[in-house]
Amino acid sequence: MSAISAAQPFAPGRVHIALELEIPSDVRYIERVVEVVKQQCAQFAYPQRQCCLNIPVALSEALSNAILRGNGDRIDAHVQVKIDVTQERLILEVLDEGGGFDFEECLTDPTEPGNIEREDGRGLFLMTRLMDRIERFSNQGNVVRMTLRRHD
Amino acid sequence: MSFAIKKQGEIVVVDVEGQLIVGNRQELKQRVLDELEKGERKFLIDFSQTGYIDSSGLGVLVSLSKKIREQGGELRLANLNDDLKTLFELTKLDTLFQISDTKERALETF
Repeated sequence: MSAISAAQPFAPGRVHIALELEIPSDVRYIERVVEVVKQQCAQFAYPQRQCCLNIPVALSEALSNAILRGNGDRIDAHVQVKIDVTQERLILEVLDEGGGFDFEECLTDPTEPGNIEREDGRGLFLMTRLMDRIERFSNQGNVVRMTLRRHD
Repeated sequence: MSFAIKKQGEIVVVDVEGQLIVGNRQELKQRVLDELEKGERKFLIDFSQTGYIDSSGLGVLVSLSKKIREQGGELRLANLNDDLKTLFELTKLDTLFQISDTKERALETF
């Protein structure tokens, strides 16, 4: 686990970071994207819990979904990630080249007794629990937008 | 990210170094299943050097636990940091696994 260092965090309200990444549709790139986002949030001294739990897990889930469900077997496809971070909140958009899916319909509760021993079904649930807001829409592709407010 | 497997008495101890996520979960699964195939029945996964775990990593732990139990064995976990504990609590997987605060305690009580 890399250390979160932010000896001189940016002054509130004065800096706004916006980045765009495009990666091949390959799960081996997920960790690197997560590291980029964690580094941006560390610039604003986001709390350790958000940098080490909420952001990495929710973003990993969104990227996995984009790569494995959205793009599927299309190895020439890409995933775009937009990162928009300020002192107050982080907005992440993950765009794939698939046809999209109904988030609500696919969302199950893995904590129900009948689901607890299932191997799958926790990804969307974790995204909803670890982010403040999840939105899905189409914009020349299939987009999931996640918003996390800074919680000190 | 890597996995180190060593034997302590009759217990197979697996260290997860780095993340346990979609990109490496199959490797963990296969390495534990190989040990199960060889006749090992007691497994302890140590998360003291683990960063984060995604849903597919959690899913592999659930799957391994089930397969090991079916063979009369047990999978236990140790050294979850506060973030990982929260992850297990959110998904209620803390009710499925026996989780020890330290590896030593897990080994003593296995």
